[in-house]
Amino acid sequence: MSARDLVLGRLRAALGEPRTAPAPVPRGYRSTGSVAADLDLLVHRLTDYRATVHRCADADVARTVDELLGGRQIVVPPELPRHWLPDSVTPVLDDNLTAARIATLDGVVTAAAVAVAETGTILLDGAPDQGRRIITLLPDVHVCVVRTEQVVATVPDALTRVDPHRPLTWISGPSATSDIELNRVEGVHGPRNLHVIITA
Amino acid sequence: MSRTFLGMPTPAPRGVGHLRGDEPFPAAARRALGDAQLRRNLRHATTTIRGKSGAVIGEVPDWQELRAAGRAIKTDTMARLPELLEQLEAAVTAAGGTVHWAADAVEANRIVTDLVRAAGADRVMKVKSMATQEIGLNEALEAAGIEPVETDLAELIVQLGRDKPSHILVPAIHRNRAEIREIFLREMPGVDPGLTDEPAALAAAARRHLRRTFLSTKVAISGANFAVAETGTLAVVESEGNGRMCLTLPDTLITVMGIEKVIPTWRDLEVFLQLLPRASTGERMNPYTSMWTGVTPGDGPQTFHLVLLDNGRSAVLADEVGRQALHCIRCSACLNVCPVYERTGGHAYGSVYPGPIGAVLSPQLTGVADNASLPYASSLCGACYDACPVMIDIPSILVHLRAEAPHPRAEAAAMAVAAYTMDHPALYAAAQRAAKLSRLAGPRGRGLPPPLSGWAASRDLPQPPSETFRQWWAER
Amino acid sequence: MRIALFVTCLADTLFPEAARATVRLLERLGHEVVFPEDQTCCGQMHVNTGYPDEALRLVRRHVRVFAPYDVVVAPSGSCVGSVRHQHATVARRAGDERLASRAEEVAARTHELSELLVDVLGVTDVGAYFPHRVTYHPTCHSLRMLRVGDKPLRLLREVRGLELVELPQAEQCCGFGGTFAVKNADTSTAMLADKMRNVLAARADVCTAGDASCLMHIGGGLSRLRAGVRTVHLAEILASTERSATAGERDRLEVRP
Repeated sequence: MSARDLVLGRLRAALGEPRTAPAPVPRGYRSTGSVAADLDLLVHRLTDYRATVHRCADADVARTVDELLGGRQIVVPPELPRHWLPDSVTPVLDDNLTAARIATLDGVVTAAAVAVAETGTILLDGAPDQGRRIITLLPDVHVCVVRTEQVVATVPDALTRVDPHRPLTWISGPSATSDIELNRVEGVHGPRNLHVIITA
Repeated sequence: MSRTFLGMPTPAPRGVGHLRGDEPFPAAARRALGDAQLRRNLRHATTTIRGKSGAVIGEVPDWQELRAAGRAIKTDTMARLPELLEQLEAAVTAAGGTVHWAADAVEANRIVTDLVRAAGADRVMKVKSMATQEIGLNEALEAAGIEPVETDLAELIVQLGRDKPSHILVPAIHRNRAEIREIFLREMPGVDPGLTDEPAALAAAARRHLRRTFLSTKVAISGANFAVAETGTLAVVESEGNGRMCLTLPDTLITVMGIEKVIPTWRDLEVFLQLLPRASTGERMNPYTSMWTGVTPGDGPQTFHLVLLDNGRSAVLADEVGRQALHCIRCSACLNVCPVYERTGGHAYGSVYPGPIGAVLSPQLTGVADNASLPYASSLCGACYDACPVMIDIPSILVHLRAEAPHPRAEAAAMAVAAYTMDHPALYAAAQRAAKLSRLAGPRGRGLPPPLSGWAASRDLPQPPSETFRQWWAER
Repeated sequence: MRIALFVTCLADTLFPEAARATVRLLERLGHEVVFPEDQTCCGQMHVNTGYPDEALRLVRRHVRVFAPYDVVVAPSGSCVGSVRHQHATVARRAGDERLASRAEEVAARTHELSELLVDVLGVTDVGAYFPHRVTYHPTCHSLRMLRVGDKPLRLLREVRGLELVELPQAEQCCGFGGTFAVKNADTSTAMLADKMRNVLAARADVCTAGDASCLMHIGGGLSRLRAGVRTVHLAEILASTERSATAGERDRLEVRP
């Protein structure tokens, strides 16, 4: 008998017959669309978890990136809007760069798929303006550009906006740990600096 | 072929993994209680996390509704577990993954070892995972000549310190910063000898130590917090980025998942992604949550194996009362509020699952006889039930399991006599009068047999009154 | 109102003053108290130690004895908790659905003392006088099983002469837990040590609670330390008046050579 048949057989035996139908799930919590997205709350929650927030017009993104990464080598996803990049940075396009190469770069600039105001979360779904998961992982500075229409209020709202079949990364502040005396310390393996630029 | 022939629910096998302790809880607890540094570390850590968690739970207006939904989803999941697992298997396979079934720890360890060997690797990196701790995967890999590298900071501290994890979420909760610094200085190759005990400096040391491992290791092993049957999506919730490293950089990813981690639909994540971080680390959202469905061409591991682990879970499912223990999302809130855990720490429980949830889960996974002292390792104060984000009624399961535990013969005889006496009011009244004889023992209980001597070791005995209530009432 | 007293075996045998105080208090408030003499023990000790089969006969007895009464009161959150949350379970476990539903009926009419006073009788000022500095320990079963909330505190705040002081970390278990106190005596003692530390930090003369069992535990520890703090059941404080003897005068934990 295969392990599959064995396990499934055990589970069916454990449940017995007839099965009692469980009660329907009460979803009395704030479901999708029940709360308006609050930009100020997003800013507060991002800042509270040590992300640095910048707000500017789309046309001014390049100036902010210049302040953050000017003079540095950065990896960029295939379809990042070029006008977000100032002349002062050296962009390295991710055309299947090796991990070792990416690890030598100073920063990364990406777009986002969704941002969640209540939790201060940005969500990447691997679209061409965000790129492969690895490029937002190895460089020490991640600059993420969020457009206001991408901001939703809650986690339920965010789940409706993304495709489960894409690789998804939910980011809430820079890499951190609570493993030492349960105090949150920023900066372990992921980027130690997270900048979120919110554009109008 | 009959259903029973296909296999009856079976506890986790002996001799493999970490579900059984070497000694009963009271003996292990006694030693822990005497460790002043451990007591201090635990008190500090649990007090901190209770405060943080309480604050962020207070921010959401619908916490109780989320808890109720979480409980209902898990109840529904358990009622349809075999079908949901089949659905998950189909979805993962369709997305390019390979699904394996493991009836127990031995089988799971063999499957993983074979997969690592087939990938040609002699080293694997690991994301913190309770399931692989439970089955003793690291020992199995080492026996096969494969080096497992724990990448979670706390697991790294435990691994470097040749220690055992003592908490579900924060396995090194029993260590303070000074002890962690000492372990790093002693065990971490090439560590800066000027390392301080600042948490940021300790974290930076771990970052430097593991970077090369992340970039050069071809196989990673993870657990899973959730697996969505509907879509085949796996989710790992973490903080440091070591999880993202393991889930993104290697060629091959092997995920070992307890079968109870499946949830029915994508939408259900909206409940658990809100419950878990707030109950667990006391954050609105943990820094990183990764979700993947099978294999994504050009992005991340191009080979994905999912190992579905039973190892006693079917036996838990068979108990209608105890089944709720499978609802656990491993947040560890029950540990952090438990007055017993706060004083004894996790090692006293013997199993990788400590605290209140461990006291109900471990005995069920192994059969109660193999962890007979754990259902008694609670004062039944109920704080765990209130804290549980999926409303597992742990006190009721504890009481339920006590009825299944083997009882000392003398105790069983005394309880039978007591029940008989109390069912006969005349005998009962006579026994009450006889109780006055205990005055002879004095408040310190001189000459009393166990268990009363245990009481009197630290507490004076109440001195029986001159008359019982019913005597007073009769004379009124 | 005619109220049946569910005395609890512990109060009957070791702490009759708490039960007598319950009678005096309710009679002073103009109610009739009856004591069904065939009652013994609710069976909680058996259930929580792992002997539900033995508890079954005690559940059956309890249900039979109290079924005729519309209102039942006990000076114990823990025993009322057992009646409400365990009796029907014990009956169902034994396959006795009829007993289970009768147990549920009795449970619905059974109240812990502060619940009876505040919810059923609608009083918070019971006319008591107790000129002492008092701190209140909310016992776990009152707090989390029965959810009595602040009812005991509302009653205590109305007591003349009583200075109520807050107990630090009040909601932490004292470590009693019935069988836990003997099977895990060391851990229980560690919990008790912290509870006593908080009681002493409150600088109260009296520690009160709604459960004689937890008070026996806390009082036993305080007595061993010669801490000079008494434990007095809530019922005794509420029964005290200017005319009656001061509650808790008989030192239950008298120190003898």
